[in-house]
Amino acid sequence: MSFPWAKHYEPTHPFMQWMDQKLPLPRLVYNAIGAGYPVPRNLNYFWNFGVLAGAALVIQIVTGIVLAMHYAANGAVAFDSVEHIMRDVNSGWFLRYAHANGATMFFIVVYLHIFRGLYFGSYKAPREMVWLLGVVIFLLMMATAFMGYVLPWGQMSFWGAQVITGFFSAIPVVGEPIRQWLLGGFAPDNAALNRFFSLHYLLPFVIAAVIILHIWALHIPGSSNPTGVEVKDEQDTVPFHPYYTAKDGFGLAIFLIVFAVLLFFAPNMLAEPVNYVPANPLSTPAHIVPEWYFWPFYAILRAFTVDFLWVPAKLWGVIAMFSSILLLFILPWLDNSPVRSTTYRPLYKWFFWLLMFDIVILGICGMKPAAEPWVRMGQIASAYYFAHFLIILPIVSRIERPLPLPNSITEAVLAKHKAA
Amino acid sequence: MAVVETDPSANAGMEDGVRRRDFINIAAVSFAGVGVVAVALPLVNQMNPSADVLALASIEVDLSAIQPGQAIKTSWRKQPIFIRNLTPAEIEDAKKVDVGGLRDPESLEARTKPGKENWLITLGVCTHLGCVPLGAAAGELRGDFGGYFCPCHGSHYDTAARIRKGPAPKNLVVPEYAFTSDTVVQIG
Amino acid sequence: MIRIIAFLGGLGFVAALLVGALMPREAVEEAVTEKFFKEHKHVSFTTDGPLGKFDHAQLQRGFQVYKEVCSACHSLRLVSFGDLTGIGYTPGQVKTIATEWTQEQPSINPDTGEAATRKNLASDKFPSPFANDVAARAANNNAVPPDLSLMAKAREGGAAYIYSLLTGFQEPPADLPKDSRPGPGLHYNPYFPNLNLSMAPPLVNDGQITYGEGAPKPTVDQMAKDVSAFLIWTAEPKLEARHRAGIATIIFLLIFAGLCWGSYQAIWANKEH
Repeated sequence: MSFPWAKHYEPTHPFMQWMDQKLPLPRLVYNAIGAGYPVPRNLNYFWNFGVLAGAALVIQIVTGIVLAMHYAANGAVAFDSVEHIMRDVNSGWFLRYAHANGATMFFIVVYLHIFRGLYFGSYKAPREMVWLLGVVIFLLMMATAFMGYVLPWGQMSFWGAQVITGFFSAIPVVGEPIRQWLLGGFAPDNAALNRFFSLHYLLPFVIAAVIILHIWALHIPGSSNPTGVEVKDEQDTVPFHPYYTAKDGFGLAIFLIVFAVLLFFAPNMLAEPVNYVPANPLSTPAHIVPEWYFWPFYAILRAFTVDFLWVPAKLWGVIAMFSSILLLFILPWLDNSPVRSTTYRPLYKWFFWLLMFDIVILGICGMKPAAEPWVRMGQIASAYYFAHFLIILPIVSRIERPLPLPNSITEAVLAKHKAA
Repeated sequence: MAVVETDPSANAGMEDGVRRRDFINIAAVSFAGVGVVAVALPLVNQMNPSADVLALASIEVDLSAIQPGQAIKTSWRKQPIFIRNLTPAEIEDAKKVDVGGLRDPESLEARTKPGKENWLITLGVCTHLGCVPLGAAAGELRGDFGGYFCPCHGSHYDTAARIRKGPAPKNLVVPEYAFTSDTVVQIG
Repeated sequence: MIRIIAFLGGLGFVAALLVGALMPREAVEEAVTEKFFKEHKHVSFTTDGPLGKFDHAQLQRGFQVYKEVCSACHSLRLVSFGDLTGIGYTPGQVKTIATEWTQEQPSINPDTGEAATRKNLASDKFPSPFANDVAARAANNNAVPPDLSLMAKAREGGAAYIYSLLTGFQEPPADLPKDSRPGPGLHYNPYFPNLNLSMAPPLVNDGQITYGEGAPKPTVDQMAKDVSAFLIWTAEPKLEARHRAGIATIIFLLIFAGLCWGSYQAIWANKEH
């Protein structure tokens, strides 16, 4: 579907006409990300992050395929094969650092993309399916990132695998058999490493497939915009190309600059030093901590310290950690405010920014060792996290009186320009 | 994707503006192209032999234990190397051959080092399709010409490892080598 | 319905968390290791910063320290002799270093098949001073001397940590509790997270090593700095290439970003947004 005023693909060159008859792939691209896709004219820079996330995935797949040509997924040689890449393979250091820091860039961009969705209410009808598919992508990304982190087979790789698969042992009765099934043994070893490698190679292509669905679902209602007011007529939109291709090109350049600074000048800034020590199943590092993008969830996991309502603390932690992500699946139905953009929601705005602050606090607590004051802080922050989504948001969306919305996107744009 | 498009109505009557705009779009797209090529280079180059593989590019072999008539097989760059200590009779045989009539004309002198013409050092890789010829180990077939014989497609090499019969187009390759002492040779 | 279930679930989580948060905490005494541990010293290396480069003279001195002191116990298993061309040795010098290296490569006797050793080749990695971890443990008061190849990246603080450790051996402070005092075969060093380590001070006297002509005086401080610099190189031999590539890439990207900005502005020139 598209708006009635969307430009039609009309190939002029005979080859393109022939192609359009046989395999209308150029038409598909034209309508998806070309001039045939009308997009609200008022998108701000937060709308760049979808394209950037796609770019990050491409970078990860390309560098990953190349690294797999040199990596060996066997406990005896995995660590050394990574060092072989760093030392002997032509440009190997560049490829590996690009892949390791590319994961960081991917998560930064995706978190900003999710922030955009939350703040501007992009998850609401008619775009619930876009949001649901997005959460699926996020889950797949987390699984892929976790398994990728295991591959270098350093100390943190090994103990990360041990701890994360340990979640499953919290499940009563079937937990331990599930854990052994996942690992193919009683502790992480060759069997686990090899299957993680296999899945780490597979999942990015699954992610790419879900991204296609995500974009497809987006094209049914069309893109949202900062006002949250739906597109009314042609005036409200511009063709994706050249307007947003140019803007995304600029966004991509900035993204690459940040990426390059990280890759070339601080490639190990976000890495744990102890992962440069080969895995040793007999000695745990003093302080086990996941990659930065898991810190908030790690904090939630550790926040449950007491057995409550006949459920052991460990199980509470595991359930809560998974719930903290899974609750995003019901978010479109928890928030039934008709207004999308938080800009026009005077009461919710406070809770929204409190949530952002809360997530930062959770991140810090997840990074710190499990000691006071971080444990208690993590408990309070986790409590707000759940309270925000499950209790406050449904109530606020019911009692709040939103600010008046602009009549149309064009009106909002012109008003802004007059004011400026 | 980023094809330069100008909207003629937008800049009607502003020739200069249109041209400047075209230029900057073309420049940006060209830069992107250069960047893609620059990134493609390491992605392609990573498949070339890595530093540790190249480090194995030269080996030293001690020849003192090889008696006349014997040959050894060793490995250089993960390929077999034949080192044969020719007997006077084999040298004689090799020299008798009319070089001009060979498929790949080369004399024994050209394939050995001066004063060391009993040491025949060649790659053990048939020039046909890369099998390892027989004849280096004791008791193996040595073909119709008393040198090496490739069992894959029946190439016969003479005592100077020159192709004499069968499908192979070239003599067995003589690698670059040098004697570092009377009995030690450095290959590569 | 979904909101009711979510509400109840939310109450459950919040209650479990708040009960946990309200639980009284047992007073935790500050661990001795935390109280006496010292953050690494600040020391600068030529490789610091985005334009940092290797100082080959210093790296060669550092290699000399490794060779004459550290290599008695510590392996360098990821580095090959041939890699030393990266710190300014010629292939000829590398060959001499390899063949003259005291520790030989494990090998087999070609006639009997028994375990044997042979001289090192340029393509060999540095041989380990011990046959295996058990031998290393047995010879070193039950502590395996760690491999040094990646040490400058594998510890919090990196090369500065190595430098601090090498120069940080000292008498334990008077107020150190009795059971934290170094036992037999242990040595007090506040830069080591456990405070007591099995390694005896390896660099003890100025002039313990004779540096070549024109080199700075081989004080303990200088030797520690040199070997730390050498270990930066062993951990990240491609550092210089990385810095160079980084500068070129960033300059390119800044111009690219400028052009993209211009293109973006030009295309949107007549559209208010």
